[in-house]
Amino acid sequence: MTTTVPADGHRTAFVDNDQKPCGHGRMLRKEDPRFVRGKGRYVDDLQLPGMLHLAILRSPLAHARLLSVDTSLAEAHPKVRLVVTGAMLAEKGLAWMPTLSGDVQAVLATDKVRFQGQEVAFVVAEDRYAARDALELIDVEYEPLDPVIDVRTALAPDAPVIRDDLEGKQDNHCFDWETGDAAETDAVFARADVVVKEDIVYPRVHPAPMETCGAVADYDAVDGKLTLWSTTQAPHAHRTLYAIVAGLPEHKIRVVSPDIGGGFGNKVPIYPGYVCAIVGSLLTGKPVKWMEDRSENLITTGFARDYIMRGEIAATREGKILAVRTHVLADHGAFNGTAAPVKYPAGFFGVFTGSYDIEAAYCKMTAAYTNKAPGGVAYACSFRITEAVYLIERIVDCLAYELGVDPVELRMKNLIRPEQFPYRTKTGWVYDSGNYAPTMELATQLAGYAELRAEQAEKRVRGELMGIGVSFFTEAVGAGPRKDMDILGLGMADGCELRVHPTGKAVVRLSVQSQGQGHETTFAQIVAEELGIPPQDIEVVHGDTDQTPFGLGTYGSRSTPVSGAAAALVARKVRDKARLIASSMLEVSVADLEWEKGSFRVAGDPKASVTIQDIAMRAHGAGDLPDGVEGGLEAQICYNPENLTYPHGAYICVVDIDPGTAKVTVRRFVAVDDCGTRINPMIIEGQVHGGLTDGVGMALMEMIAFDEDGNCLSGSLMDYLIPTSLEVPDWETGFTVTPSPHHPIGAKGVGESATVGSPPAIVNAVVDALKPFGVRHADMPLTPSRVWEAMQGRPTPPI
Amino acid sequence: MQVPAPFEYQRVHSVGEAIALLDRLGDTARLVAGGHSLIPMMKLRLANFEYLIDINELHHQLGYIRVESGLIRIGAMTRHRELLESDELAAAFPIFRDAERVIADPVVRNRGTLGGSLCQADPSEDLSAVCTTLGASCVIQGLDGERVVSMEDFHRGPYETAVGDAEMLTEVRFPVRPGGSSAYEKVERRAGDWAVVSAGAAVWLDGGSIADARVGLAAVGPNTAGIPGIADIMRGRAPGEELYARAGQIAAEACSPVTDRRGSAEYKRHLARELTVRVLRRAVARAGRQEA
Repeated sequence: MTTTVPADGHRTAFVDNDQKPCGHGRMLRKEDPRFVRGKGRYVDDLQLPGMLHLAILRSPLAHARLLSVDTSLAEAHPKVRLVVTGAMLAEKGLAWMPTLSGDVQAVLATDKVRFQGQEVAFVVAEDRYAARDALELIDVEYEPLDPVIDVRTALAPDAPVIRDDLEGKQDNHCFDWETGDAAETDAVFARADVVVKEDIVYPRVHPAPMETCGAVADYDAVDGKLTLWSTTQAPHAHRTLYAIVAGLPEHKIRVVSPDIGGGFGNKVPIYPGYVCAIVGSLLTGKPVKWMEDRSENLITTGFARDYIMRGEIAATREGKILAVRTHVLADHGAFNGTAAPVKYPAGFFGVFTGSYDIEAAYCKMTAAYTNKAPGGVAYACSFRITEAVYLIERIVDCLAYELGVDPVELRMKNLIRPEQFPYRTKTGWVYDSGNYAPTMELATQLAGYAELRAEQAEKRVRGELMGIGVSFFTEAVGAGPRKDMDILGLGMADGCELRVHPTGKAVVRLSVQSQGQGHETTFAQIVAEELGIPPQDIEVVHGDTDQTPFGLGTYGSRSTPVSGAAAALVARKVRDKARLIASSMLEVSVADLEWEKGSFRVAGDPKASVTIQDIAMRAHGAGDLPDGVEGGLEAQICYNPENLTYPHGAYICVVDIDPGTAKVTVRRFVAVDDCGTRINPMIIEGQVHGGLTDGVGMALMEMIAFDEDGNCLSGSLMDYLIPTSLEVPDWETGFTVTPSPHHPIGAKGVGESATVGSPPAIVNAVVDALKPFGVRHADMPLTPSRVWEAMQGRPTPPI
Repeated sequence: MQVPAPFEYQRVHSVGEAIALLDRLGDTARLVAGGHSLIPMMKLRLANFEYLIDINELHHQLGYIRVESGLIRIGAMTRHRELLESDELAAAFPIFRDAERVIADPVVRNRGTLGGSLCQADPSEDLSAVCTTLGASCVIQGLDGERVVSMEDFHRGPYETAVGDAEMLTEVRFPVRPGGSSAYEKVERRAGDWAVVSAGAAVWLDGGSIADARVGLAAVGPNTAGIPGIADIMRGRAPGEELYARAGQIAAEACSPVTDRRGSAEYKRHLARELTVRVLRRAVARAGRQEA
């Protein structure tokens, strides 16, 4: 079932603002009052008695042998309490830690440094200034080694070996991965009328959250308990990993993730700095705070993308897409720190077949180590779906270019049809539900697509450069079914606990952790819809492992698909118990009760009813309860999703390019999203607006660049540009609703949809504008200089 | 939080006090005005000074725009925002408002100063190009009084000026000639970014022909540079597209851009040409409207 919203639907949808007493719908966010007043409580706001400050000495070189580290001058600094080197950690067996991809990463370098900014030593001092000053008193002797910077040459036989810490390692090979059927795909390509090939680079970008990463570690030697306040999107997963790595008993570790100033995947990994803070507290017996600065965040923490993709598409002359084939070279930096389910080293890149019904597909990927910062999944990418969608949407446009057909028409001809769902792709993914054509049609209607094409034709005659870009994406979010998906052996199911207090107020405890997504509102609304308690009466507790059930955290747009389902189901469990109590209160059989949001009533007798608040008091109050029913009104659950959810969307971007300066202006952007049931449309729109802005950044300006020596050239926000309100248009959003069949309320994830879907729409628009110059492809970031070079007939890859 | 190395800080209340301190402390001291270039460099520890002399108290003495006969004098502590908002300045030199609209953002413009911009001497700095375009001269005060130097002499190279260790820029003077107007254009990768290239032009019309013309470019060489060759070909000629194109050609040939993250040298050379044409066209149109 799909609800299609008419052209003005996104405007009329504003009408229900805060009108509904409880449940789904537009309402202002419960967390906003504290944020808009500057009263958020972040890790760096934490001040503990006797707290010390930690600063990390980082390598200035990308690749060098560590000859000696002399800390004597730093130790003599009057305010310094502790200086720790890699050698000291090695004595305790803590110099290396596992990454989320089963590789290892140095906490502090012992043998070599492998990327610029790598952690070499740390200082704990009485204040932050002294800690930073003391770093300059540490004398490190390096023997520079040739760095491996260009991933294309990383696997050359004579390339310096970066990971000689790994036993027997003779090259920079990280992993190979393939999906689909090579032979079948080759056969389809061999008989196709048209084959189009394009080399497509998705450069390295950075999530750049407003709040950088940091932690306060507080080890209490009296009760042996470690409390770690840290910027983490996954507090439970982190706690378990600390327990496994450091050998600390898990029940003696409490991880608290307070208010988080943006994550975008940057705060999924465990960084050496967190471990250093823990070691610092263990050794000094004091609370120790570590907050990285902006440059440290940009240079050393989880990057994203860095895929060099050769895309090939096979089709008939009439424009029926037959097959897609791709070879990918992935740059994983110095350590494979990718955060992805274990069986998915390339994340969910396997959905690169996109939204199209095709006959065959194949991908071969090779990943390599380079002397760059580790990471590899971060940045709102739904585990590499950003790269996958960019590849397919760019290559489909290349096909449209070669066939001389309209890109909307080509997509409409090939979209998976509604009757084909659930749809199994040629790479084995089962799309749960979708109704694609109405979404595409709504986008063209909102954009006035035909009129835009007419305007463009007129402008081309006058030499003006206007482009219209289209993308259609299918996301795969909500990891995931535990039979397939785990991170370091931890299954990706989420717990949830709900307790209704005697007066009918409630508290819901979640394992996921908001970084700005509005969980305190959305999850209250989910429970409100199921129980009929106003969202204002429902407290959402999250981000504290001592207060919440186990679960894998918030990333990959998984909170609503997994924990959202858990919240709905736990509320239903409470409702089932409430029904038993209601039947005894109303002295009728359970079968005679009807549920109306917030109360049970006797069928055929509208006056005989009890509210959920009445029932809550009865559950805790005096008097007998029905046989077999315990007091209290609460439940818990652990939800294991049976599949991912597959939201989709159609985006249309209009750009103008100044022919003299080659500067791109995004004039309009129409985004039609289908994320199934919409819990709070305002929050969804906010997420979409943010993701679209991200997309403008990646398409037009963002890139983490390196020089040939491996120096990071993007270590500040002057060098790593992120877009402002002046670079983005007024977003025009619309929606269709195709519920997920397996999610209890039919919702799908949406947090990353716009980040996934918008870059190809923008790049397709720029390339479309450059059609008079014979341009079929140009790589991001499309800065004025790079657009001008494309106009001169020599578009060059950015790396 | 990025923290600078330790330094001592003194707030001064007169130009004399500032210069006396500079004389005593030598090159270990630095004046801080708006601080939007200096403080980030210190936080990144690219610049380490032992002493900072804060001259913000001098704003009421050195923050002014005075329009006199044939001359506009602007105090070195005049803030970007004041330059942007001055209608008098915009009437005489519209190039200022053009440029200030694209310099950084309101937060920076509230603090940053004309003197600070010029003394930072960043080759990509917009106000240096504006002052070059307008043929400004700089008043530098020292222990023994003041001296006046032209913009050409003021800039010695990237991040280097004629201001000595015990000296301070106090005022910038702009000659006002009849029949003139001006314009500024900048290409940036993002609002508030440094220029990929920017260009300013000032023209003076006499009847139907060009009496004089000046062009200043930013970010295409070690220094923002005036281009005398442009004045040579334009003087005495009637304005028009062909003439602008020739001027653009000279601008492109005169500059020496380098390839960096903001763009390729070739592209920047192209922009020097393109923006020169645009600013000349706009300045002439404005001057023409004034004459009419």
